[in-house]
Amino acid sequence: MSQFLPEFLQSYIPNTIQLIYLIATGFFIVGIKRLGSPATARNGNQLASFGMLLGVVVTLFDREIVSFEFIIAGLVIGSLLGAIAAKKVQMTAMPELVAVFNGFGGGASALVAWGEFSRVSPDLFDTQALVTTGLSILIGSITFTGSLVAFGKLKGFINGGRIALPGQNYINLILTFIALALVGWFAYDPNYEVIFWALFALALLIGLFTVLPIGGADMPVVISLLNSYSGIAASMAGFVLGNNLLIISGALVGAAGLILTNIMCKAMNRNLASVLFSSFGGDDGGAAAVTGDRSVQQTTADDVAIQCSYAKKVVIAPGYGLAVAQAQHVLKEVASLLEEKGVTVKYGIHPVAGRMPGHMNVLLAEADVPYDQLYDMDQINSEFSSTDVVLIIGANDVVNPAAKTTADSPIYGMPILNVDEAKRTIVFKRSMSPGYAGIDNDLFYQDKNQMFFGDAKKSLQELATAIKELD
Amino acid sequence: MEDLIFNLFIFVLASFVGFELITKVPPTLHTPLMSGANAISGITLIGALIIAGGTESVYAQWIGFAAIIFATINVVGGFMVTDRMLEMFKKKED
Repeated sequence: MSQFLPEFLQSYIPNTIQLIYLIATGFFIVGIKRLGSPATARNGNQLASFGMLLGVVVTLFDREIVSFEFIIAGLVIGSLLGAIAAKKVQMTAMPELVAVFNGFGGGASALVAWGEFSRVSPDLFDTQALVTTGLSILIGSITFTGSLVAFGKLKGFINGGRIALPGQNYINLILTFIALALVGWFAYDPNYEVIFWALFALALLIGLFTVLPIGGADMPVVISLLNSYSGIAASMAGFVLGNNLLIISGALVGAAGLILTNIMCKAMNRNLASVLFSSFGGDDGGAAAVTGDRSVQQTTADDVAIQCSYAKKVVIAPGYGLAVAQAQHVLKEVASLLEEKGVTVKYGIHPVAGRMPGHMNVLLAEADVPYDQLYDMDQINSEFSSTDVVLIIGANDVVNPAAKTTADSPIYGMPILNVDEAKRTIVFKRSMSPGYAGIDNDLFYQDKNQMFFGDAKKSLQELATAIKELD
Repeated sequence: MEDLIFNLFIFVLASFVGFELITKVPPTLHTPLMSGANAISGITLIGALIIAGGTESVYAQWIGFAAIIFATINVVGGFMVTDRMLEMFKKKED
């Protein structure tokens, strides 16, 4: 667009673009900072999107850009597709959507590196540009196919269990080394096209091979890691083009993804290596449930209504089963009814409740639960000893005391909600079937625990009716 | 070589800024943060614009065109869905 500006302004364009990039970077940093508190988060996201708009608009004045047909068509198509997906998605399907967006971001970075390489003669590329082109294609392509597989697994298009060749871990390791060697070879001899294509194909394959063996339960960790990869891929594309805005923004996202991945791993008591190289999770169910003949106490809606209405403090521990049953709104109704009776109601949210970190908070926010009633695991754990009733709805492994007591349990060491310290626990559950980890839950058999069997939504509706009838 | 060193400085310093900014985010906001950060990674759109807007090779322009579509889905979809989530976070009215 620079040709539309008067002559005397032409010489200022390159520096002006750089300065505006600097301002856009500022918007990203302040935006992410403001995303850090619920009160300012929405504004933070808006600042970041404004930074993006600024970056895009000013780039159109770059003197290298002389033709606009492709740009306009691409922006229109991409905006429409993105906007439709963002408007239509169900909040429960958020992990899939993040996965697929992320895949497109990574794919775009690989395409940018490829495009730049095919546009400029390889002889004009210095070693730095060649190495980063190779890395951008490698990381971007892994992100692309890996994210699509994660999407497929979460959607159920692809079997959620382990899909792997014998010795898959070694195959992946060897392929990764070969890919890195190809990056080196490509940088050494960029005119030899076979190497370029081999690198591209191999990177796409590594993305498939890395994510296919990972179980459905570990998918959030994988998405978070891939999110980090897509940032690094964008940063590498920035090295190729010598564009600071890309380098900085990509690095910010790369760091964000790594931190989140780490938080999730800790919360699930997994380390990254075991997520990537073993098969726990999904419907693999290696550790068989030992149910035995132990008996559980069953309860009814009327009984739960009385216990809760006369309690001083009720804590609700929601899990993904709540979201599957679409019961957030009824739950909110039950909580409001109890509050009208003067009961203190709090929500205790385990870090991995839902299907990605913070997912449960989004689902409850959708049901108009105010965020200051939502307590993190660390905050709520000190309160269970003074809690009269805990309602556990659609959660299982995150309240399983085996994580503290049974050293050979697959979930041993995972931080849990210490619901067994409360005076009474009531588990809302469809049946006695075990959770993701495929192990039995001792909590169900404890004397102070009662089971309320049935679909979470239906059970909560019964409970709401029963509380109203108490008046 | 000087370019590389200069770019590496920027890359490393920006990573540190990212770590510092993000460690302070409470778990409540992790999903919107992931999705917002994800939208920012669509910044690669700027690279895609430069490639699709040049006229050295039509082949490269088509690649740039595909990259623009991919990146724009990431950017527009990502920011919009993050806004949709954050719109729902409300404080207790009293």
